Amino acid sequence: MANLKQFLTGLTRGRADLRNVALLAAVILVALPLTLDIFRLNLVGKYLTFAFVAVGLVLCWGYGGILSLGQGIFFGLGGYCMAMFLKLEASDPVSTAIQSTPGIPDFMDWNQLKALPWFWEPFHSLPFTLLAVLVLPTLFAYLIGVTMFKRRVGGVYFAIITQAIALILTVLIVGQQGLIGGINGITDLKTLLGWDIRTNSARYILYYVNAALLLGAILLGRWMLSTKFGLLLVALRDKEERVRFSGYDVADLKIFVFCVAALFSAVGGAMFTLQVGFMSPSFVGIVPSIEMVIFTAVGGRLSLIGAVYGALLVNFGKSYFSESFADLWLYLMGALFIGVVLFLPNGLAGLFREPRQAWLQLRQQAQTWVTRLCPRCLPAGGKSEKGAV
Amino acid sequence: MSKAEVLLAIEDLTVSFDGFRAVDAVNLYVDKGEVRVIIGPNGAGKTTLLDLICGKTHATAGTIQFKNIELTRLREHNIVRAGVGRKFQTPSIYEDLTVYQNLEVSFPRGRSAFGSLFFKRSEDVAQRVEAVAAEIQLTDQLHQSAGLLSHGQKQWLEIGMLLIQDPELLMLDEPVAGMSVRERQQTAELLKRISANRSVIVIEHDMEFVRAIAHRVTVLHQGRVLVEGSMESVQSDERVIEAYLGH
Repeated sequence: MANLKQFLTGLTRGRADLRNVALLAAVILVALPLTLDIFRLNLVGKYLTFAFVAVGLVLCWGYGGILSLGQGIFFGLGGYCMAMFLKLEASDPVSTAIQSTPGIPDFMDWNQLKALPWFWEPFHSLPFTLLAVLVLPTLFAYLIGVTMFKRRVGGVYFAIITQAIALILTVLIVGQQGLIGGINGITDLKTLLGWDIRTNSARYILYYVNAALLLGAILLGRWMLSTKFGLLLVALRDKEERVRFSGYDVADLKIFVFCVAALFSAVGGAMFTLQVGFMSPSFVGIVPSIEMVIFTAVGGRLSLIGAVYGALLVNFGKSYFSESFADLWLYLMGALFIGVVLFLPNGLAGLFREPRQAWLQLRQQAQTWVTRLCPRCLPAGGKSEKGAV
Repeated sequence: MSKAEVLLAIEDLTVSFDGFRAVDAVNLYVDKGEVRVIIGPNGAGKTTLLDLICGKTHATAGTIQFKNIELTRLREHNIVRAGVGRKFQTPSIYEDLTVYQNLEVSFPRGRSAFGSLFFKRSEDVAQRVEAVAAEIQLTDQLHQSAGLLSHGQKQWLEIGMLLIQDPELLMLDEPVAGMSVRERQQTAELLKRISANRSVIVIEHDMEFVRAIAHRVTVLHQGRVLVEGSMESVQSDERVIEAYLGH
C-alpha cells in the first residue's frame, strides 16, 4: 500500500520533471531558432555551452555539496583540445605559405618556432581529438580528485584549491605564447575536415548538435540522480561521516561526481570552440569559473533544467548590461549572486517549484536583514537585537 | 555458562594525543551475542575507544582483532564491510531524504560509484527496508522526510540504518540520551531483540537503561579499565564509586 503510493508519487513527480525537460527542448530546439536570427542564435549557442558546466555543477555542487570554483579548467581543456585540431587544419602549408615556417600555426611562426611541438602532433587526428576532449579533462579532474578527496580536503579548502589551479592554468597558457597561443588564445579557426564552420548553415547545425548534447547531458544527469548514487550524493552533502561509516569509500564517490562534472564542462568547451571559432585563456581562469557557479546558483543548484535557464538569463543580462553599462556589470553580477544566495537558495527553479515556500523564505530573510541593518524599522525584532548587543 | 566465542579482542590498546593518553593499555574482550555496556565519568575515553574500533582514530599502540581480522590497519569503510557498525552520539541521519531512502541508501549492496549507479531496487531490498522499518517502529513514517522525525525516532532510524547492514558488532554511543522514559523502554526492548544474533557495545550514562540491557559492564576511568563484571558487582565496587564521586 505504502509502496504503491510512493511508486505513484515518484512516477508523477518524474512526469512533471520530464515535462520540464520537454519544455526546455521545445524552447531551445524550436522556439529560439524560429524567433532569433542566426547571429543571436549563435550567441544563444555560446551561452548553452556554459550550461554544460552549470549542469555538471548541479550534480557536483548542488547535490554532492562539492563546490568547485575551477570548472573553467575543464571547459578550457575541452575547448583547447578542439581548437588545436581546428588550428592545425587551418594551418596547412598552402594557406600559411607566407610564414617563415609554413605549415605550423601562425602564432608559433610569430614566436620563431621552427617546428610543431610534439604534443600538437596527435591533434592532426579528429578521432584522437574527440577522445582527448572527453578523456584529458576527466583525467585531470580525476588527478585533482584523488589528491584532494583521498586526503579529505573538502569544503572551502577544495574550492580555493580549484580556484588556484584555474589561475595557474591561465598563467601557464598566457606564458606559453609560442606553444599554445598565449593571451590571444587560438584564433582564426576555419574548417572541420574541410567543412567551413563559419557559414550560417554550419552554425545552425552546430547549434542543434550542441542543444542535443546538452539535452543528453541533462537526461544523463536525471538518470544518475534517480539511482542510489543520487541518494548517496545527497547523503554525502548532509552527513559525510555517516556515509563513510556505512561502508562507502567517500573519496571514490566524490571523485566520480567531480569527474562527471568535468566531462560535461569539457564537452561544453569543445562546442564553444566550434561555435565561436576560437578559444582563449579568458574562459579558463577565475572569473569565468565563478561566473559558471553564478549561472548555477541563479538557475537553482538543485535543478538540472534550471541551470540551463540560469546560464541563458545571466548571459543575456550580461550582454545587455555590458552594452549599456559596461562598468557596472561586474558589480551587478556580484550583487545578483549575493541576492540569490541570501534570498533564493534554490534559485529560479525554487521560485517555480515552490513559489509559496520561496516567497515565505524571501520575506523571512528580508525581515532578518532589515532587523540587522536597521533595528528601528522593526520595533519588536529590533528591541531584542539591541538587548543582545 | 559455557565459554563463548570471542568476537572482538582488544589488547594493550593505547592512543595518545600530544602525550595525553586518552585510551591507555586497554584490554577488552567481547563475546558473540554479548551486550557490553561501557560506563565511566566524562573524559574516561569511552567515545575514543569506539573511534579506535571503527577506525576514526588511529591507535598509537595495541591491537584490535575482530573475527581474527586486525582492524587497526583497515580503512573505515573496510571495517564497516568487515561487519562493524557504529552509531554516533548525536543522531546522524540524512535529513533531506525520506526514512525509506535513508534505509535504502544504507543497504549493503552497490557500494562503489558504479555499483550505486547500477544498483537494482529489487524486491529483496524493499522487503528488507520494510522489515527494518517495522523493527524500529517507523513503518508509518517510511515516506516522511527524516528531518521531521522526533529526536527519539531519529536515534531509532540511525540504529535501523545500521541494522540493514546486518553487522556482527554494533556499537552505540549514548543511544537513549534525550529520550523520554517510554522511548527508553522501547529502545531497551529493541536492543534485546537485535542482540539475539549479534554483539553490541553500548556507551550509556542512564543506569536504569544499563541495568535493563547489560550482560557485562566495563568501567573506564582516565583511559584505563577500572572494573569489569556484572552490573551489581560494578555498582557496589568501591573504586567505581570513588571514580564517580571524586576525592
